[in-house]
Amino acid sequence: MSGAALSTAGRARGVLRDMMARPSGAIGLTLVTLHLALALASPWIVPYDYKSMDATGTLTGPSAAHWLGTDHLGRDVLTRVMLGGREALVITGIATPVAMIWGGLTGVWLGLRGGWPDEVAMRVVDAFLALPGILPLLVLITVFGTGGEVLLPTLAFFFGIPVIRVARAAAHEVVARDFVSAARARGHRPFDIVRREILPNVTDTLLVEGAMRWSWMLLGFSALSFLGFGVAPPRPDWGLMVSDARVYMSLAPLGVIAPVVALSTLIIGINLTADALAKTLGLDRSRKAVI
Amino acid sequence: MYGLIARRFALGLVTVWLVSVIIFLGVEALPGDACTAILERDAHGEALAACRKAMGLDTPALARYAEWAAGVVQGDFGMSAGGQESIAQMVGYRVRNSLLLAAGALAVGIPLAITLGVVAGLTRDRWPDLLFSTGVILAMTIPEFVAATVLILVFAIWLGWVPAIVLTPADAPPLEFFPEFILASTVLTMLMIAHVMRMIRASVIEAMASDYVQMATLKGVPYWRIVFRHALPNALLPAINVIALTVAWLLGGVVVVEVVFNYPGLGRLLVDAISDRDLPVVQAITMIVAATYVGVNLVADILSLALNPRLRSHRARQR
Repeated sequence: MSGAALSTAGRARGVLRDMMARPSGAIGLTLVTLHLALALASPWIVPYDYKSMDATGTLTGPSAAHWLGTDHLGRDVLTRVMLGGREALVITGIATPVAMIWGGLTGVWLGLRGGWPDEVAMRVVDAFLALPGILPLLVLITVFGTGGEVLLPTLAFFFGIPVIRVARAAAHEVVARDFVSAARARGHRPFDIVRREILPNVTDTLLVEGAMRWSWMLLGFSALSFLGFGVAPPRPDWGLMVSDARVYMSLAPLGVIAPVVALSTLIIGINLTADALAKTLGLDRSRKAVI
Repeated sequence: MYGLIARRFALGLVTVWLVSVIIFLGVEALPGDACTAILERDAHGEALAACRKAMGLDTPALARYAEWAAGVVQGDFGMSAGGQESIAQMVGYRVRNSLLLAAGALAVGIPLAITLGVVAGLTRDRWPDLLFSTGVILAMTIPEFVAATVLILVFAIWLGWVPAIVLTPADAPPLEFFPEFILASTVLTMLMIAHVMRMIRASVIEAMASDYVQMATLKGVPYWRIVFRHALPNALLPAINVIALTVAWLLGGVVVVEVVFNYPGLGRLLVDAISDRDLPVVQAITMIVAATYVGVNLVADILSLALNPRLRSHRARQR
């Protein structure tokens, strides 16, 4: 908005600097960066093989050999926690931008087009939103089964639907402005109006929205894993680890606590980052509805 | 106003109808049907044809949709795929148990959320607000299953105050769930408070910054009178819609919580049905949840229209 004269890279650097100046941004960005670095490096730095079991040393407490103890099959908890976010990060890391792009473009187009397609599409969006939480995900999983090739498009599809609403509302605010009328009067095609006049003015809203959606998608994904519909064992995943270790919670509480801390720090990090981003870009998220 | 309510009602009906179409199409897209699921390896040739005929699967999709929808309207969801049990019977007690859980969470959560939200809004950026707002961020960012697991670890295992999971059968009278149901209800309450409190805090801050509050301050109205007579009635009206959204969220969030605590409600039935790929049951539960969501939101809309005259004229102008 104000930085229209700056190049995109220059503006991004400025936004990042502003975010680091806020406590929430500094903590959030640090947490997210640490998690991403760990996810990238973990295959080379984990102390054990995540599959290797040890029948003689199951559910041990922390020791010099196993800093966080072992699980019910004698697998090293530290190794599995270090690897446990990778699959979730990859799937949600691809599905979130896909959801933002398809939901964002659809919403902007509907906001610009108006009329009956808008009316019909919004009724369909309402119908999908009437299935709260992870319910629609669960229904699609019943139909198509589990696995990354199902989860990724499913998450991208369902998390894109509420984005339609947000993008449409953001576009509505812009469409009424004079420069859009001017572009129309100059005879620009709708495609050019969307690309040159509307998108630059809704990207901020969509960026903040995308950061929030990412954390919700991670929550949804780990809930699915926890219920047994996400990552397939023996591959490590935080949700799955909590679900497995829960039964032995009184014997080896670290098996639950470690993945819980890992997942929570990542999600809190993303939320703080989104908060700082919103404040830096001048969008107050506290006034937005939950959906 | 009655015109607006009628319009809302019609939109709600359209939404429920669209949900039913989406669910039916979703199941139609499935390779195989209820018969291939029941017969498993014997699903070929005559056995398959006979089963399809018996279940009415040989008729066209549109006719089956009409029949299914007609049944649903009358509260008859058909038979489950696996057994010979009628879904309406399976679901009956489960709905009651889930409502019991949600009611417990709402009864404690809403008064608490409103109080905390008002206190946080009035003490903006001072310590009570910072304390509550940090709590909200924690509660909103921690997944239900994590909160539930931590509560079990602390209160059931380390302290031993309450039972960790529910062992009462689904058809027991409501009172028998009492000690076991506390932890499950607490998790839902915590998560719900976070959402409602955040909205109330924001709307209290907005009301306290408004012109009429400034006017009242300037003419010397005492602080507590400003808060209770001028600011709060305006600030709390939007809460109705937020609470409605939260109720809807409770219905979805309840799935995970019920699984964690082994609570015999709708959510656990849904997860079991998905594991068994019991599509008719999944269809039925999804319809019930969607209809409840639409119903609750409709009631909230009507309530806020009735309580807030400004909304009536504003919306009337908008449409």
